[in-house]
Amino acid sequence: MDKTDMEKTLENRDLMERFSFASRFGLPRTIIAGFVLLLFIMAPIVGADLTMQVGNVINRFSWNAVLVLAMVPMIHSGCSLNFGIPLGIIAGLLGGTLAIQLGATGPVSFFIAILLATPFALLLGGGYGWLLNRIKGGEMMIATYVGLASIAFMCMMWLLLPYTSPTMVWGLSGKGLRTTISLDGFYGGALANFLQIPIDPANGLYFPTGAILFFALLALGMWAFLHTKTGTAMTAVGSNPLFARASGINVDKMRLLSVIMSTWLGAVGILVYQQGFGFMQLYMAPNNMTLPTVAAILIGGAAVNKATIPHVIIGTILYQSVVTLTPTVMTAMIHMDVSEVVRIIISNGMIVYALTRKVKGGSR
Amino acid sequence: MKRKQTSKVSLKRLLQDNSVPIMFVLICLVCLPLAGYSPAYLLNELVTRMGRNTFLILALLIPIMAGMGLNFGMTLGAMAGEIALILVVDWQIWGIPGIILAMIISIPISILLGLFCGNLLNKAKGREMVTSYFISYFMNGVYQLVVLFLMGSIIPIMHSTLKLPRGYGIRNTVSLLSMRQQLDNLLAINVGGVKIPVLTFLIIAVLCLVIIWFRRTKLGQDMRAVAQDMNVARDAGINVDRTRIIAIVMSTVVAGFGMIIYLQNLGNFPTYSAHTQIGTFSIAALLVGGASVERASIGNAFLGVTLFHMMFILAPEAGTAITGDSMIGEYFRTFVSYGVITVALIMYESRKHRAKSQTGYLLALAQKEEEARAK
Repeated sequence: MDKTDMEKTLENRDLMERFSFASRFGLPRTIIAGFVLLLFIMAPIVGADLTMQVGNVINRFSWNAVLVLAMVPMIHSGCSLNFGIPLGIIAGLLGGTLAIQLGATGPVSFFIAILLATPFALLLGGGYGWLLNRIKGGEMMIATYVGLASIAFMCMMWLLLPYTSPTMVWGLSGKGLRTTISLDGFYGGALANFLQIPIDPANGLYFPTGAILFFALLALGMWAFLHTKTGTAMTAVGSNPLFARASGINVDKMRLLSVIMSTWLGAVGILVYQQGFGFMQLYMAPNNMTLPTVAAILIGGAAVNKATIPHVIIGTILYQSVVTLTPTVMTAMIHMDVSEVVRIIISNGMIVYALTRKVKGGSR
Repeated sequence: MKRKQTSKVSLKRLLQDNSVPIMFVLICLVCLPLAGYSPAYLLNELVTRMGRNTFLILALLIPIMAGMGLNFGMTLGAMAGEIALILVVDWQIWGIPGIILAMIISIPISILLGLFCGNLLNKAKGREMVTSYFISYFMNGVYQLVVLFLMGSIIPIMHSTLKLPRGYGIRNTVSLLSMRQQLDNLLAINVGGVKIPVLTFLIIAVLCLVIIWFRRTKLGQDMRAVAQDMNVARDAGINVDRTRIIAIVMSTVVAGFGMIIYLQNLGNFPTYSAHTQIGTFSIAALLVGGASVERASIGNAFLGVTLFHMMFILAPEAGTAITGDSMIGEYFRTFVSYGVITVALIMYESRKHRAKSQTGYLLALAQKEEEARAK
């Protein structure tokens, strides 16, 4: 039997919607991608060195990508955006400081730091996951404040813990860690210098092959994990917890596992960030990592309940392009340095958009 | 015998319900001898801080009444107040008239921001708090855009003392010397070395009366109905979305006034950071007073401001006395204010979770019973 006209028009509209660019790519993602494209076009016109800009974006991508990847497991299991990433970062900082304290040097110290951070990440992630299982539905707000409170708590700890390594403690009093610790001679550039390809050596610009490979390895691992039986179960918990429970999946266990994975990836992520940046920042600094990370994955097209590896990659590239290019291009164009304001508005606007949108699922 | 037991139980419940205020009393009692302040100094500081902060904290009550939780978007009102103050300072209207004019100017800005926030929150029912938290951050970006780039270039600012040397944008600190503590000093009385800003307290008292009166109006009742159950309220003919927007707009306007009172007491303000912590500290203070996410009274606000600021005054000195490092106390009080909010949020959510599973359990029991009867 023929379909009625009504059904046909509906089908047509459905098709149109599916193929219209904006709805397929997500409206804000389209706007920001257009903005980034405009920045790249404008860069040579206003006299900025395009090679250098692209190189910077690649480098910044290699610093941040693992942190953004840390969002994925929790979003998959339905724990929403991980505003509690500071817990993972704290585990990473503990691992890094302990590695230096124990006298590890050179690129090997990077892996020692990851090793030392792992038990902390498991412990903190476990406690955090246990907490989140008790407050299903209110994860985001509580995660935000758990993050803030733990950062403030660690601020006291950085002063009180008995670290003695002279490269880390204040020179004058001999105790209490410095706010910024240089990683020269430790794991600074541990990954980035591996197999690096020169782009513009005169300006110290290299393609960080090692760091990109490291991210690719973790991303591949994540992709593979999400396709195992456990990974599929985790996704099922995120998309429909009732259905998941009915089919015999232990919902709480899956959520706990996802939180631990996120926390561990957060710990590794901050260590990767530090090796690229060359410094370790303590005290209130972890606070500044949360927003860019969450905003990046949302710009990539993720929603509060759906995220994939391409979201991570696209989002990090777009976000880091905005961060890298706006200062040079916008300043040259309108003679005002609005980059910081643009960054704040874009990242927070993205989060508000994600929280207020009704449709389920992210853009493809 | 039986009676004794019930009193024991109620005492336990009393302790449980007020665990946060009791914990704070204990912290203050421990810190008090360590800090070593004289009672007169302490009382003076406390009274000043009460006058400065109470109005801001009261701004949080109305959204809680409407079931929208802790309004982190009160920062929006604070920004409106700051913009109004900058304009008034530029027009050089001094003293009390300046303060009143600033309040009047802040109203339309607050209403606009409140409408924006309220509309967004209606799209995010069930996660108002986290959304309002990020709306305040988003608006902070817009505020910076306006104050740092548009003021002086598009919005006329006459006096170069206010502007950055480059010709546009406001300097990092705005001096309110011309209106410093004008409100507090008018009608102030001195009792044994403690200055009591009577007028400020009168204004706060008026606001309290307004809130008490407002609870009894039709709109106030509507808000409580919306807080109870949105669907039932909608069936009863209440325009839920509109009621919620009004609650946020009112909170924003009150927060704007509160910020002006707060800043006239301080006498100057850091243009770009004065509002960033206002939300956190006001909310922490309210929670310390024994309020929860769904229930808060004027009494909670007063108790909270007293205890929280007592801790704020004592912690740095006590921290220095214990550890010999002044930063410890600073970090400690930041930790406590975040920690208190965290604990309150966890208690609220876990109670909600438990209630939900209990209703599910009861429903399942009823169903089973019915099935058994059908057989």
